[in-house]
Amino acid sequence: MADMIQSPIQAADAAASSPKMTARGVSVFYGEKKAVDDVSIDIHREHVTAFIGPSGCGKSTFLRTLNRMNDTIGSARVEGRIELDSEDIYASSMDVVQLRARVGMVFQKPNPFPKSIFENVAYGPRIHGLAAGKAELDVIVERSLRRAGLWDEVKDRLAESGTALSGGQQQRLCIARAIAVDPEVILMDEPASALDPIATARIEELIHELRGNYAIVIVTHNMQQAARVSQRTAFFHLGVLVEYGETSAIFTNPRETRTKDYITGRYG
Amino acid sequence: MSLGAITLLILGLGVVAWLAARARAAAFAAPDRPRPHSLPGQHGWYVALWTAVPALIFLAIWRQVSGNLIYASVMASPEAAALPAFDMQRQAILSEAYALATGRAETAFNPQAGILAPVYESAIGFYNWIGLAVALLVAFAGGAWAYSRVSPQFRARTRVERIIMMGLLVASLIAILTTLGIVLSLLFESLRFFSMVSPVEFLFGLNWSPQMAIRADQAGSSGAFGAIPLFWGTIFIGAIIAMIVAIPLGLMSAIYLTQYASSRLRAWMKPLLEILAGVPTVVYGYFAALTVAPAVRDLGLSIGIPASTESALAAGLVMGIMIIPFVSSMADDSIAAVPQAMRDGSLAMGATTSETIRKVLVPAALPGVVGGVLLAVSRAIGETMIVVMAAGLAANLTANPFDSVTTVTTQIVQLLTGDQEFDSPKTLAAFALGLVLFMVTLALNIVALRVVKKYREAYD
Ligand SMILES: Nc1ncnc2c1ncn2[C@@H]1O[C@H](COP(=O)(O)OP(=O)(O)OP(=O)(O)O)[C@@H](O)[C@H]1O
Ligand SMILES: [Mg+2]
Repeated sequence: MADMIQSPIQAADAAASSPKMTARGVSVFYGEKKAVDDVSIDIHREHVTAFIGPSGCGKSTFLRTLNRMNDTIGSARVEGRIELDSEDIYASSMDVVQLRARVGMVFQKPNPFPKSIFENVAYGPRIHGLAAGKAELDVIVERSLRRAGLWDEVKDRLAESGTALSGGQQQRLCIARAIAVDPEVILMDEPASALDPIATARIEELIHELRGNYAIVIVTHNMQQAARVSQRTAFFHLGVLVEYGETSAIFTNPRETRTKDYITGRYG
Repeated sequence: MSLGAITLLILGLGVVAWLAARARAAAFAAPDRPRPHSLPGQHGWYVALWTAVPALIFLAIWRQVSGNLIYASVMASPEAAALPAFDMQRQAILSEAYALATGRAETAFNPQAGILAPVYESAIGFYNWIGLAVALLVAFAGGAWAYSRVSPQFRARTRVERIIMMGLLVASLIAILTTLGIVLSLLFESLRFFSMVSPVEFLFGLNWSPQMAIRADQAGSSGAFGAIPLFWGTIFIGAIIAMIVAIPLGLMSAIYLTQYASSRLRAWMKPLLEILAGVPTVVYGYFAALTVAPAVRDLGLSIGIPASTESALAAGLVMGIMIIPFVSSMADDSIAAVPQAMRDGSLAMGATTSETIRKVLVPAALPGVVGGVLLAVSRAIGETMIVVMAAGLAANLTANPFDSVTTVTTQIVQLLTGDQEFDSPKTLAAFALGLVLFMVTLALNIVALRVVKKYREAYD
């Protein structure tokens, strides 16, 4: 089945460069329970990849395998192989601290630290020793906030608490925090589901702008959002990757009836 | 008939009233009539309460009043005219007569008491009969009035509810009023103290030696009541040395338990740690005095510091150990209250567990930890046994932990043990010290609760 899904994608990839991340035969267990079943997928550079599927189908679980956040859950166990630039990220030689600096993550609920706006963004660079001095740190913080489209709104109040911002601003702060360490891949788990339509539009715009520099993976329950922001879409169902391909193809001409049913809202 | 028997009688009447009202209300229910508002049992309770409660309240009041009435009528009797004029003698005879009259004594030691006993007995009997008559009257009146109201429409259910509510209110008022009474007595006695010793001298004086001369011609006749050395000793032991021990150990054990320990280990360690809080303070006290204090003195001597057996360090160390569970359980709660999302956010940035703890969890939990520390301080400065046994009595103003200092609680114990005159400044000083201690502890508790509450609101 994996082959059947892979073949058309691999054909399309022949033109593009090698994938940024690849997953082969990945299964995830919580204790005895299998939450993700034998998933193989390629994540491409300078692409936005959307994961869609009904609630509980394992989107978040699979997303978290990509930066080993499942390691923080005691009962979770991952099988299969995941590579970042052809390097096995579950190999013992891979340092999880470095991996997470390269594969950043933005969560569903904005989770700024209870620190100042500046300190929120400076958190990663400080941990990874990216700035030699205060001046350099200032530059990184400003650049990250600019890229996250938040600079103009907060430049006069960098010392204020990050938790005092609005929900949408908090989420952009979290994106700024993630890109401050200059990651190569950004994982976003329903980044706009807790936001109002205007804030959501800002985030989508931002994802669009960031695509030039990063490989982005976004989990979403919103079909229109997937269609608007992504170039590739993966449809998950009951832990299985049902269909993966160009977003336009998935939405206009799905090969699987399950995909079609889900997209047209017949279940979900 | 004694007051106890009358009480039982009234309660018996209550039971009768309950049965009667219930039976009457039960008769309302019939298939062809609308359902009565309240259940029969609720009518029963309503009438029973009206029968028993007012009568019992009357008896409680009567008990207080009748004592004086009995005394007055005995004094007015012709037999009492022969009593000696000297107050103490007269009281002795009267109380003996009372004991004879109530059957608590067999034979009269004083012949006059024997004469007075029958007078007492008849007075007691007379007033008890009045009490019984009025109580029964009240019980019947209350019961009959309530019984007459029993009807299908009568809302006995809500009435009983209200009576129960009043009962609960009274119960909670008793606790509050007791506290208030204690505070007022502290205040009152302290005011008497401050009329003899100026508050400025008490609060800012550096010299504490409360021994008053018994005769005016004794040397050093006037005591000195400068409490600063006591305040300093209390702070030195309870807020400085004890906290230097308790804060790091408590915080680190909380971090270990919440962040590193497996759930099985945690299930074992947390209760064990909490046992520390259950050890009686007197046990800590002799642990401090017999084990820690000599060790501290030897340590001091070995590093060339003249150390006394009773040292601030020994008391502070043991008090710190005692306080660990407080700090640790407050810190544990506040760390656990930091949302998981915060922790995930930090880990996803590539931070290690210890970086996450140091840079995110502890700062986020800090208000809760501070609140816990304040509560711990307020407990430490009020703690008595450890300092009485290990801290010493010398009111030294010193920062040397090997020296002996004294605390507010130790001095209160000193001032009030043994034979005391209750209006000398020496004794009253204990109330002033108690008042200061109470106010500081109260303030610490209020601030701590504020801090914790404010912090809790921030996350949910
Ligand atoms: N920490 C956990 N422990 C045990 N089971 C879990 C855990 N997290 C998720 N699961 C289970 O794994 C399955 C997949 O969950 P996951 O969160 O990946 O779904 P999802 O597709 O992200 O759903 P949603 O759209 O609702 O976010 C679910 O059945 C869920 O109950
Ligand atoms: Mg999810």
